[in-house]
Amino acid sequence: MYNNQNTSLALALAALFLMAPFFSAGAETTLNGAGATFPYPIYSKWFDEYNKIHPDIKINYQSIGSGGGIKQFTAKTVDFGATDGPMSDKEIFAVDGKPVHIPTVLGAVVPTFNVPGVANLVFDGNILAGIFLGTIKSWDDPAIKGLNPEAALPPSPITVVHRADGSGTTYCFTDYLSAVSPEWKKTVGTGKAVNWPVGLGGKGNEGVAGLVKQTSGAIGYVELIYAKSNNLAYGAVKNRAGKAVLASVEAVSAAAASAKIPADFRVSIVNASGDTSYPISTFTWLLVYEKNSGKTGAVLKEFLVWMLEDGQKLAPNLGYAPLPANVNDMVKARIQSIK
Amino acid sequence: MSAGFRRRQRINTFMFFLTGVFTFIALSTLFFILGYIAYHGISSLSWDFVTKLPKPVGETGGGIANAIVGSLKIVGLASLIGIPVGVLGAVYLAEFGGNRIGFLIRYAADVINGVPSIVIGIFAYALVVLPMKQFSALSGGVALSIIMIPLVIRTTEEFLRLVPGSIREAALALGLPQWKVILRVVLPTAARGILTGAILSVSRIAGETAPLLFTAFGNRYWDDGLLHPIAALPLTIFTYAISPYDDWHKQAWAAALILILIVLIGNILARLLMKQPSPQSH
Amino acid sequence: MKKIISSPAAPLPVPLRMRRLRERAGDRLFRLFVMGFGGSVIVLAGAIFWQLIKTSHLAWQKFGLPFIWTSVWDPVNDVYGALPFIYGTVVSSAIALAIAVPLGLGSALFLAEMAPKRLSSALTFLIELLAAIPSVILGLMGIFILVPAVKAAEPFLIKTLGFLPFFRGTPYGVGMLTAGLILSIMILPYITTISRDVILSVPRSLKEGALALGATHWETVRLVILPFSRSAIFGAIFLALGRALGETMAVTMVIGNTPKISLSLLDPAYTMSAVLANEFAEATSDLHVHSLISIALILFCMTIVVNGLARLLIYQVNLKGAKQ
Repeated sequence: MYNNQNTSLALALAALFLMAPFFSAGAETTLNGAGATFPYPIYSKWFDEYNKIHPDIKINYQSIGSGGGIKQFTAKTVDFGATDGPMSDKEIFAVDGKPVHIPTVLGAVVPTFNVPGVANLVFDGNILAGIFLGTIKSWDDPAIKGLNPEAALPPSPITVVHRADGSGTTYCFTDYLSAVSPEWKKTVGTGKAVNWPVGLGGKGNEGVAGLVKQTSGAIGYVELIYAKSNNLAYGAVKNRAGKAVLASVEAVSAAAASAKIPADFRVSIVNASGDTSYPISTFTWLLVYEKNSGKTGAVLKEFLVWMLEDGQKLAPNLGYAPLPANVNDMVKARIQSIK
Repeated sequence: MSAGFRRRQRINTFMFFLTGVFTFIALSTLFFILGYIAYHGISSLSWDFVTKLPKPVGETGGGIANAIVGSLKIVGLASLIGIPVGVLGAVYLAEFGGNRIGFLIRYAADVINGVPSIVIGIFAYALVVLPMKQFSALSGGVALSIIMIPLVIRTTEEFLRLVPGSIREAALALGLPQWKVILRVVLPTAARGILTGAILSVSRIAGETAPLLFTAFGNRYWDDGLLHPIAALPLTIFTYAISPYDDWHKQAWAAALILILIVLIGNILARLLMKQPSPQSH
Repeated sequence: MKKIISSPAAPLPVPLRMRRLRERAGDRLFRLFVMGFGGSVIVLAGAIFWQLIKTSHLAWQKFGLPFIWTSVWDPVNDVYGALPFIYGTVVSSAIALAIAVPLGLGSALFLAEMAPKRLSSALTFLIELLAAIPSVILGLMGIFILVPAVKAAEPFLIKTLGFLPFFRGTPYGVGMLTAGLILSIMILPYITTISRDVILSVPRSLKEGALALGATHWETVRLVILPFSRSAIFGAIFLALGRALGETMAVTMVIGNTPKISLSLLDPAYTMSAVLANEFAEATSDLHVHSLISIALILFCMTIVVNGLARLLIYQVNLKGAKQ
């Protein structure tokens, strides 16, 4: 009898153990967030690290796209959103409550190319706009040669590769082209998806990178992290001060430091001033409500404080540029009002 | 032997040679794809990978256990809805569906089959997620079951129709009511075909990403019950595949390999179960 | 069969009649029961249709019917037209069917008629697995393997078949042809496995009858097996077509995503489901979202038309078969 009971107890325990994943303890807080794809790696890193320090707090972030993030944030199916491009006034108006933009890290977009025999190139705004408008058609165009006298540029045609999926990368890149080229601003404009005058569309960073790698004479644009971790050739870009800058974590932070930051943090930092600024840079933002229900606000606030201190230190290793000190202080002050 | 007969013989040999070549092409494509996935996935495969939770980028180890369980849950839920609805709907079509309603049902099934899966996802989002203000395993299962139903209906109906009329008539002549004939004789006779349809549809939905994006949502932790965001293999594969890191790319391949292995094992198990009593008469 | 039950020739003894009535009530109940399940599909299709209309009306209000034959797609200025996507979807699916139908039917015949039974079911397992490969993985393989392969073959195509307008232009490797190829891989399992099971289900007596009359094996296939399984094979093809029309992730990786209409199969193109998947998640302007859903609605209506035509076709084929 005793033995029997023991067995059934063991069985029950085993069953409980097996079912544990399905009925985890109720004492913990789980927050859900959704949005931008670009910062997914650093966000998941932050939320995992934060979970190690506060085991009772689980923050689940899913990268469904910035547009999706804004939509879910507006529909209140998530506790917070995330976006690579700031919400428009109209979008903010649609939200029931006051959305707050919290800049978290910065990223950059780089022109990646595949020209046999050429490893380094320098571009400027006019050249990039000309190439993506289709007015500069050949690699030995005088404009490109003028900036790269040393490079052995072949007389081969340029194949343009762009993102086909709506993305913050495209937003940042076209935002830059619009800032430097009136022609681009007039005929194409800024957007997460635009009406490209020329070129092939690849899906995602790997789609663009794959096409560029396989097409001799191709040029595309990808996120800096992607270019770095996949050893893609990418060119330096002349900034507003006329200096050719190769994208790096420091050059991106410099662009943010030299930009004028408004109180609501909705700002574009493309073509920033400063000698060391990389011109195709952007913030990425978390979207939180000013007023939250239950414990959500307190938990979020506590996390954001940690993110601005310890979290920022994790960014450079993953290829993200941390917030410059002045912006960091501004954000710290801003999050105090979150409830 | 006449020249005509020899020509017919030659055509016979040639055509079957051609079908052999076609099979070879189809299979080599398949082996190539499976081999490629195995080659890329096997290096990241380990016991930890199938039993642990994911780790953030930069840390080695970590697994996709939650995604495996999540996928099983979602696909199980979808099958629980999709297979009965599909099979019983097909029974109607095969047995009573010679009328206008039958025509409409078939039509509707084929139309749903052509709807892009992302639209199904958006539909399930509006149907389940928005009213509940909560992403959930349930909504993912509903989305996948919508994809599943037309597949199951179409295949099941075809196989029910292939059950020879003589078998039905024999059973009816014994005095059994029609519903019993259908449940006891027709369905078991067509079981192999029905199973094929069910397996094909499970295989199809197991790899779907788009409908889960706005429903199951994904989760980096273990989920509770059916009413919370839940991880799923295709979502994990998708997220890892589009990330910039080599380590995550490898994990995406390994996850794809696991997904295929699960489908393969499920497939074999189902076939083995079917083998025991063989009602197949020819 | 209904007739068999409901034609009692003479009045039955009372207990037996009671039983018959009860059975008939059982049958009716059963019929209603399964009709409910079947009918749920109509409800579902209607609900999806309604949902699509509800979330696309802005685009129809703004652009009207010309939306269907306009080729501009400019999210920045909020001007949209669906024609290039419709064209891409139709052509890429047609290419996929042109490849997968002979390939799938051929292998189904081989698996059902030639291969030893054990081997045949093992191979069929494997072909079914093809349906389970996540399309994002297939798409990645498409970029890294299929695209270079097609690119290598394209100069040859241009040289030999370049006199046709379908094989001209720059060999990018991405484009309509590559998309059709990858789609054909995805739909192959439907055609092969269903056709094989159908062919296996052809009564042996029919086959033996034909053989006994002196037909060769192939003639038996052509004259007996294929006609017998025609409607089920058509069914399989339409399942496959459905998948091809709705497939997104893999196609968008290799089609080049360029909303332009070109006769050449080597040029980059775009499909309806691809633009939906590419832009939906990031679309924020209402008109953009509604235009994307409008494309889904057009696709929905297209499948209604295509399937309607198919039904007509199968109906006529069956009618002809019945007359013979």
